[in-house]
Amino acid sequence: MFEALTDKFNDVFRKLSGRGRISEDNVRDSMREVRQALLEADVHYKVVKQFCDDVVSKALGQEVIRSLHPGQVMIKVVHDELVNLMGPVDSRIYYVSPPPTIVMMAGLQGSGKTTTCGKLARLIQHQGKHPMLVACDLQRPAAVDQLTIVGGQVGVPVFRVEGEKNPVRVARQGVQEAIQSGRDVVIIDTAGRLHIDEEMMKQAEEIVSAVSPHQIYLVCDAMTGQDAVNSAKEFNERLELDGVILTKFDSDARGGAALSVKAVTGKPIKFIGVGEKLDALEEFHADRMAGRILGMGDVVTLVEKAQQAFDVEQQAKLQEKMVKGKFTLTDFLGQMKQMQKLGPLKQVLKMMPGMGSQLDAMQLDGDEFAKMEAIIHSMTAAERENPDLIEASRRRRIARGSGTEPQDVSGLVKSFGMAANMMKQMAGMGMRERLGFAKNLGQMDMFGGGMKFKVKQRSKRLTKKEREKRKKKRRR
Amino acid sequence: MALFRKALEKLTKGLSRTKDRFLGGLRNLLAGRKLDEDLLDELEEKLIEADIGVATAMKIRQDLQEAFQQRRIERGEDVLEFLKTEMKSLWPECDRSVRFAPEGPTVILVAGINGAGKTTSIAKLAYQLKQQGKKVVLAAADTFRAAAVEQLTIWSQRIGVEIVKGGGSDPAAIVFDACDAARARNADVLLVDTAGRLHTQDHLMRELTKIRDVVARKLPGAPHEVLLVLDATTGQNAINQAKAFLQAIDVTGIFLAKLDGTAKGGIVVAIRNEIHLPVKFVGVGETYEDVEPFDPESFVEALFA
Repeated sequence: MFEALTDKFNDVFRKLSGRGRISEDNVRDSMREVRQALLEADVHYKVVKQFCDDVVSKALGQEVIRSLHPGQVMIKVVHDELVNLMGPVDSRIYYVSPPPTIVMMAGLQGSGKTTTCGKLARLIQHQGKHPMLVACDLQRPAAVDQLTIVGGQVGVPVFRVEGEKNPVRVARQGVQEAIQSGRDVVIIDTAGRLHIDEEMMKQAEEIVSAVSPHQIYLVCDAMTGQDAVNSAKEFNERLELDGVILTKFDSDARGGAALSVKAVTGKPIKFIGVGEKLDALEEFHADRMAGRILGMGDVVTLVEKAQQAFDVEQQAKLQEKMVKGKFTLTDFLGQMKQMQKLGPLKQVLKMMPGMGSQLDAMQLDGDEFAKMEAIIHSMTAAERENPDLIEASRRRRIARGSGTEPQDVSGLVKSFGMAANMMKQMAGMGMRERLGFAKNLGQMDMFGGGMKFKVKQRSKRLTKKEREKRKKKRRR
Repeated sequence: MALFRKALEKLTKGLSRTKDRFLGGLRNLLAGRKLDEDLLDELEEKLIEADIGVATAMKIRQDLQEAFQQRRIERGEDVLEFLKTEMKSLWPECDRSVRFAPEGPTVILVAGINGAGKTTSIAKLAYQLKQQGKKVVLAAADTFRAAAVEQLTIWSQRIGVEIVKGGGSDPAAIVFDACDAARARNADVLLVDTAGRLHTQDHLMRELTKIRDVVARKLPGAPHEVLLVLDATTGQNAINQAKAFLQAIDVTGIFLAKLDGTAKGGIVVAIRNEIHLPVKFVGVGETYEDVEPFDPESFVEALFA
C-alpha cells in the first residue's frame, strides 16, 4: 500500500515541473489513494473525509523542494497530519493522593479487558505501586476465575465476592477492601457490554457513581472496523473516558480504529497490547501508528535517522565512486560504520517496509559488523584497494590477524564484490527502487557463507515473465 | 423451523435494530432521486460504513453504474431491488447447512482469534444441536487462556451436555481423548473449542493444524465442519484472518458472532467475494439461545433494506 501510495504521489508530481507549487487539482487526484489506504486500514469514512480535506489545504501552496522527491514530501505531509491527529500521547497514569487511585476498565465483549487488567496491574506494580484487582465481570461464565488466575500470575491480589450478583456492590466493597489493606491502586474489571444495551450501560454508570473512578479506560480491539466510532462515542458519552487501550496489536491489523476512536472521543490512546503474555503492554506511539496505518513500515524514522547519521558531502563522493566502480573496501568499512550509527542491523532492517516478515528467517547475532571490521582492519592498504590480490596465504594471514577463519575472509571478499556490483546498479536508481532493491538484499546472502547472515530460502523463484517485468521496470 | 421460533424472534429483534438504522437511512437517501454520481458516492459510503470494504464497495458501485447505463435501473428506488438480487446470488442455499457424518460422531472444530466469541458460540451450537435431539459432547481444548475450561464447563452444565477435559496443556492430546470419548459414548456431535490465536502467530496456527490432523486421524472424514468464529465488529483485517485460518485448517464456514450490536458484519461479503467462505450461523446475544442459522435474506435485508 505504501508503495502504491508513493508511486501515485510521484506520478502526480512528475507532471509538475521541478519547482512547481502543489496545486489543488494534482493533490486531490493523489488523495484518492490516501483515502483508500485509510479506509482499508478501517479508519471511519467520515474521519477519512475530514482528514483528506485537511491534508489538501495543508499541502496547497507548499513548494515542491527540488532535491527531494515530491511524492515523499506529500507522504510526509500525510504522515505528519496523522501523527498530529493521534497525538499528543500521554502514557502516564495519574495517581491521586490520598490513595487509592481507582481505575476502571470498560469495553465491548471480547475486546480484551480481563487480560489488559492483568497487564496494567503488572505495569503499575513496576511503577512502585501496590495495585489490587476487583472482579466485577459477573456476566461471563468464569470471568472471575480468569481474573483470579491472571492476578496470581502477576502477583497482585484479586478481590472477589462469591455468590454476589451485583457488580456495583462488588466494586464498592473492593475499594473499601483496598483502603483497609493499604493497596494504593484499584483496577476494576467490568463485564463486556454492547454500547446499545441500555441496561448494561446503566449498570456501568452505576459503578462509576458508586466508586467514582479517577481514570476510566476504554479497551478497544485494534481490528475493529467502521463500528469503532459508534461504540467509542457511546462509551465516552456515558462514562467520560480518560483514555483508550488498544489491544491485539500484535496482529497484522493496520489499526485504523485508533484514528477513528481518537477522532470521535478526543481521548488519548494510552497503551497498546502487543501479545498474550502479561508483560506485553506498551506505550502508544503516534508516529509508528501513522506509518502502520499507511502501510509504510517505519521508513520515515529510518529516513530521518539516516539523514542525521550520514554526512551529505561524503555521501555524494561515495556515490560518484560507486558509479565509476571505484568503490573499495575502505569505503565499504566507512559505509558500515555509518550504518552502525543507525543502530543494530536487526533494528535497521526491521524499519524497512517489507523486511519485517523476513527477519525471523535471518540469523543475525549482532556482531556481524564487528567481525567484518576486524577482517578489513587486518588487511594491508593495497589489499583494501584491490581485494583481488588476496590469495590463500594472504587469506590465512588476515584470518589469523582478525581472529576469524579463512572462509570468513573469502566470504567477505566475495560479498564485497557483490555489494560493489549492486551499488553500481543502485546508484542509478530512485529512492523507491532502492528500497525495493534493498528488500532483495536479504535474500541474496550478501555476506557470504561464513558471515552468518543467511536467509533460509523460502521465497519462490521468479518466473521468466516476472524477471522480464522487473528488468523492464529497472530500465525505466 | 418451529424449533427456532424463539431464536428467530431474537434475530429479527437484533437485526431490526441495524435494519431500522440502515433502512431508514437508505430509504431516505434513495427516495425520488436520480442515480447520479452524488448518489453513487453516498451509496458507496454506506457500504463502506457497513465494513464491506473499499474494493467490494467499488465493485458494487460499478455494477450499479453498468445496470444504470443499460437502463435496467432508473430511479433511486430500483437500487434496493438490484442490490438485493445481487447480494442474494452471492449466498446460495446449498452451502449454509451443516454437514453431518454419515455414521459415528460428527466433529465440528471451532477456531478464531482471541475474544471473537468462540466459547459462547460453541455453547450456542451445543444448545441448538441438543434441541434437535442430538447427543453433544464438548472438547475443552482451550488450554491456554486462564479459566477458559471453567467457562466451557459452566456452559456445559447450563445446557446439559457432556464435556471432555484434560489435565495437561496439550490441546491435541485432549482432542485425541475427546474423539475416543465421543465414539465410546455414542455421541452424535463433538464440538471442539480451541484457544483463541492471532492468525499472524505461525506456531499457534501450526498447533491448530496439528489439532485438525489428530481429529482426522482418529475419525476418518472428520472434522466435518471447521467453523471460524468472526466478530461482526471486525474490519478489513477479517479477510487476513479468514485467509490464514483457511490455510491452516480448511475452514468450511463462518460463525458470525456479536451481530446484535450496531456493526453490520459487512466484511463477510468481502470474504465471500475473495475466498468464497460461506456464513453458517450468526450470534445475536449473550445467552445460549441467541443463535440462528445464517439467512442471507435477512442479512441482506439488514444491510440494504
